[in-house]
Order: sequence, then C-alpha cells, then structure tokens
Amino acid sequence: MSSALLERDAAQQAKLGIIDCDVHHALRSPKDLHPYLPARWRVHLATYGSRRPTPFTGSSPYFKSAPALSRKDAWPPDGGSPGSDLKFMQEQLLDRYGVEAGLLHLLSITGMDQRNQEFAPVLCRAINEWQSAEWTQKDQRLKAAIVVPGEDAAAAVKEIEHWAGNRDFAQVSLVTHSIEPLGRRRYWPIYEAAVAHGLPIGLHSSGNNGHAITATGWSSYYTEEHHEVSMSQQSLVSSLVCEGVLARYPALKVVIVEAGLAWVPSLCWRLDRQWARMKDEVPHLTRPPSSYVREQIWFTTQPMDEPERPEDILSILEWIGWDRILFATDYPHWDFDDPETAFKAQMTEQQRRMVFRDNARAVYGLA
Amino acid sequence: LSFPHVGAIDCDIHPAVPGMRALLPYFEEHWREQVMVRGIDGLDSASFPVSIPANGRPDWRPATGKPGSDLAAMREHVLTPFHTRYAICNCLYGAHAVHNVHFATALCRAINDWIAAEWLDKEPRLRASIVVPVQDAELAAAEIDRRAADKRFVQVLLPAAGESPLGKRQHWPIYVAAERHGLPICIHAGSSFRHATTANGWPSYYLEDYVAGSHAFQAQLLSLVTEGVFSRFPNLTVVLAEAGFTWLPQFMWRAVKTWRAMRAEIPWVDRAPSEIIRDHVRFTLQPSDAPPDPRQMEQTIEQIGSDRFLLFSTDYPHWHFDGDLALPDGLPASLVQKLLVDNPLETYPRLKETMQ
Repeated sequence: MSSALLERDAAQQAKLGIIDCDVHHALRSPKDLHPYLPARWRVHLATYGSRRPTPFTGSSPYFKSAPALSRKDAWPPDGGSPGSDLKFMQEQLLDRYGVEAGLLHLLSITGMDQRNQEFAPVLCRAINEWQSAEWTQKDQRLKAAIVVPGEDAAAAVKEIEHWAGNRDFAQVSLVTHSIEPLGRRRYWPIYEAAVAHGLPIGLHSSGNNGHAITATGWSSYYTEEHHEVSMSQQSLVSSLVCEGVLARYPALKVVIVEAGLAWVPSLCWRLDRQWARMKDEVPHLTRPPSSYVREQIWFTTQPMDEPERPEDILSILEWIGWDRILFATDYPHWDFDDPETAFKAQMTEQQRRMVFRDNARAVYGLA
Repeated sequence: LSFPHVGAIDCDIHPAVPGMRALLPYFEEHWREQVMVRGIDGLDSASFPVSIPANGRPDWRPATGKPGSDLAAMREHVLTPFHTRYAICNCLYGAHAVHNVHFATALCRAINDWIAAEWLDKEPRLRASIVVPVQDAELAAAEIDRRAADKRFVQVLLPAAGESPLGKRQHWPIYVAAERHGLPICIHAGSSFRHATTANGWPSYYLEDYVAGSHAFQAQLLSLVTEGVFSRFPNLTVVLAEAGFTWLPQFMWRAVKTWRAMRAEIPWVDRAPSEIIRDHVRFTLQPSDAPPDPRQMEQTIEQIGSDRFLLFSTDYPHWHFDGDLALPDGLPASLVQKLLVDNPLETYPRLKETMQ
C-alpha cells in the first residue's frame, strides 16, 4: 500500500471516531486499591495477596512475550506499568486514533477467581470504585465493566445492582476461566440481573480456575496457551448456547473479547450438526445453536485472524454478521491491533463504520 | 442406493468389545484371575456410550449386543455396501483410561490379540490399529514392538485427551517405536477423563463434550508441532480420526500468526506450522461437520490447501450420515478419488505391502 493511501486511511479513521472494545488499564500497584478497601482487607491484601489457583505469586505459568505483556513503547514516561497512566493512554491511544469510546477490561487483578470467598466481593467493589474514580470519571470516553465475584452469584447480583444505571459502566464482566462453564445454572442469576439492567456481559479471556488449559492437560509454551485461550472461549460459546442461557434470556447480549473470530463458523457448523443428532438431550434448544450465536453474541476482532488469502476473512465476517463485529486494539499489549493496518482485506465504507463504531454504539447503548 | 466407488479404504471403523468375558482368553493367567475375582468389567469409554444416538446408527444397531460387536453385521452394514477394499479397526475399549498401568498394559495386549484372532484372522479386508498403554510411553513402545511384526496392524492408536499433551517429551518413546516400524500415529476422539473436557470445567451435556472434542485435537496438534515432534521424527505421519476438519483453516492461520510472533520461544519449529501440518497430518472424513452450504465446504477445502489431507471413513457404527451418503456435498471430484484410495495408500505403507 502506498504511503499516500495509508495517510488517507488514517485521515478517514480519525474522522470516523472509532470505538475500541478492548482497552487495558492497570494498577500501578495493589496499593492503588487501598483507599477503596476496608482496613481489614487492606491488611489482608498486603499480607496474603491475590490468591488464585495458579503456581506463581508474580507471574503467569506461561511466561509472556514481553514484560507486562505489553508493547515496548507503552511504558509511561513517568513510571508505572503500561496502561496505568491515564494521560499517557490518552496520548498514545485515545487521542492518537480518535477513539470516541474505549471499553476497559482490567486484567492486572481479578476479583472473581480469588480463592477467599469473603475477599472476592470486597475486592470487586474496590476495583469498581477505583475504575470509576480514577478512570471513567476522569475521561468520559472510557467505559468500565462491572467486575463481579461471579462464583458467588448472589454477591455478583448485589454488585451489579450497586452500579446499574451508572453510565461509567457499560457491561458486566466475568472471568472466562470460571470454576464451572459459564453456562451452568449457578451463574444464571448474574445473567438475569444483567438483562434486568440492560447490561451486556463482556467475556475477556481471563482468570484461573485450576482446570488444565486443555482437555489433555497443561501445554508447555506461551505459544500454545495464547492459542488455547481462544479454544476455551469457543467452549464458552458452546456452553452459553447448549446449557440454555441464551434461550432462557433472549435479551441477553454477550461480547466475546480477545478470542479472535475466524473459528465462529466452523464451531457453529459442528454445533448444528451434532445438535441435529442429539437434540433430545437439550430440549431447551428449539432451534439450531448457530441461530442463538448469531443473534446474541458479538465478537471483538483482536487478535485479528490472518487467512493465507487475506480476502477470506470477509466471508467469515459476513457469516457471523457485519453487525456483530466489534473492533478492538488490546492496547497496550504486545499483540495490539492498529486500526489503520489490522484489516488486510478491503471493507466497504458501511462495513467499516459498523465494525469500527456503530456496532459498539448499538450493543453498549453509547450515544 | 449403491456407493458409487469400488475399492474404498475405510480408515475408521469400530469393532466393539462385547465385554471382558470376550477378552479373558487373551489375558495371562494372573490378569485373567484378577479380572474374574474382582469382577472387572464395563470399560466401555464414557466418551462413546452406545445408547446415545450418535454412537450407533439406527439401521446399524443389532437386536441385541453393542453396535459393532458382530463381524457378519459389519460385513453387511459397511464392508459390502461401500465395496470396501480395506477397513481399519480402531478399538475404543477403555484401556487408555485405566489408572493401573500394569493392568492397562495387559488389557491393551488382550485387545490387540483379540482383534487379530477374532477380526483380522476372519476377515481379510480388515486391518487394525495397535492399542497401547498411553499412560506409560516405555510400556506403549514395548507393545508396539510386540505387535508390529504382524503387518495387518497399520498404525498406533492414541486418545485425543489423555494425561498430558502428546507433543511432550515423555511420549516420545512411542514415536521412536512407531517410526522404527513405519507406523503412523492415529489420534482418535475420546478422553481418558484425566482433565475436564473444557478448560472452563465440566459441561452438563454430552453434546458439549462431543463438540469440545475438536479442541482436544487442536491442542494435540498444537502440542505436536510446538514441541518439535515433526522436527525430531521427520518420517512420522499423524492421523486425526473423528476429529472433524472444517476447523483446520482457522487453526492454521492462528498457529502461523502466533508462531511468527513467538518463534524465539520454540526455535526448533523452523517452518510455518501450516507447512508442517500439510506434510505430516491427515484427517478422517467423518464426522465432516459439513456446513449447510456446499460452497462453504469447497472454500474450506481450498483453504486447507492440500489434496492429500483427507482419508475416507464411515466411522462405523457411529451415526454421522444416512444410507451411503458418506461423502458430504462440496468435496471436489478430484479430491474424492484421492481420499477414497490414494491418500490412505500413501498414509499407510503397510496397506500396500500386504496388498493381495
């Protein structure tokens, strides 16, 4: 592509105003949460830390490609880890790319997979207070996800009710590596509350549940794990459909974040074929699984799948539905998708508007 | 209806062990006594309960007994109507899930000897896979060595979900033995139930387990490539059986993209995963997980980018199609001839060696 063409694309992009459906803010340190934690739990966090079913206190068992999983240039000049400095995020992402709204997903600490069941709801509340005070109130373009202690559905519902109606929050997020598949009944009250308050459920690959990363055990390399989290997201889609969540809550909207999307058609073909053979096991499904997926699930683009023939991505997006695709950068992570170069195939102007902005406005109710 | 092709090679059929009693003559005295004294029986895999519709086509179900347990019925149901030249027996009895590795080994020996005596000796069109105790690679290799002289055994059978990913070095003695005897490795659907069937835990429904099976295969394929099995064993062929294959294009795209970014972590993977897979990995046809629109199947085949990857299978007695409609719509004619005969012959050198 010529540089003139690139410049023109960039100019169009800036004018369009994109919505980035996966932005990662971060804690500079767990101490950032201290103002939002009762004294007893400040001491607890400082003493016992964030205890989850994973082997290392300060690292994933799959060592990432880069420090803090991040782009080398994303470390704020004034110190702190990537994503922890609002001003630098504004400069490097929001202003630079003309981001009209950015959907925040916090990964540097998670509440739902805390093993201490008393701590999980307290931590989620603190995280949400911090998100509101330090991020969304300071930049109205940013929209947070209500972080909930999802393994305790009653506590999760309380947390949703606490924040519902607050425009700082655009969705409810659950970790995807939950103790049971998220379609199971123990999580249904959460979906009921989300529907009652008109909030989509945002499912960003995250969390630790003690289950192996594959059905055949633990793989060795980050190269594998990075790919396998996408497979677990596929099982999550199967779960939400087959366990009857989508059928039971037809108004529920689910956003699958950071899983890629080229797998959606082939997963749906398999689901439909096997459902046709075993539908008597799941009588709560009155139509093919793919029809629930296409009506109630949205998919973010990053990491953008790259077919050998770039234009092959178009038929996949078409199959999923152009109105179900949401652009995401994954800023500030190493596999950031630049809105100017992530798509290697030519979309129409209308398709671009939908993917980069309008679909997100619709699903999140952003003006 | 008659299957329009003669001489097809069916690369995945399932003779069923009627029960432990049938295997008793094939156990050594110690294990025969253990089986009888302790009442050990009922080791049919929970990955394939025979009462579930998918695991026995209605017109392939016998009046009594398990689907696939009778040779005469197998001839009538599948070998004759499909004009089968050879069919490869993959016995799914649950040896792979036994915790006692000594018993698992004895059970594998019994199954292999039972297959040879009760099926291969009686029907010249049949070939079989060597069932091995995947729980312990040294013992698995010993079983391969024990049975490999019988050329009617054409590959080694491993489950799609076991204790640890198959690329890991602990499993390599199996590949050393397989390569020594010129045997492909067949990874077949099914789990040892050592881990939840999804990374998100145990789903409620069989349907979900079955669908998630394709992710176990994808994890195995990724493991074999990433750990460098095909670099270390350049002559090894791996067959994924009952895995589906329409997921392969997107799997390869993602694997290539990740490898480009992360190859410093796995320097022994010295070319794109897609090239390695096209050279070393084959897929059986059923279930085809076919898209509703045949043009999507055509496009999928184009994206896979090889006419050598697919091997004909009926997956008898499992139920994926009716009548003789074993070939899904959208397969190009040029591929059909290859998958029925040429690709199996290329994949399984022993078929050619024993051709009469």
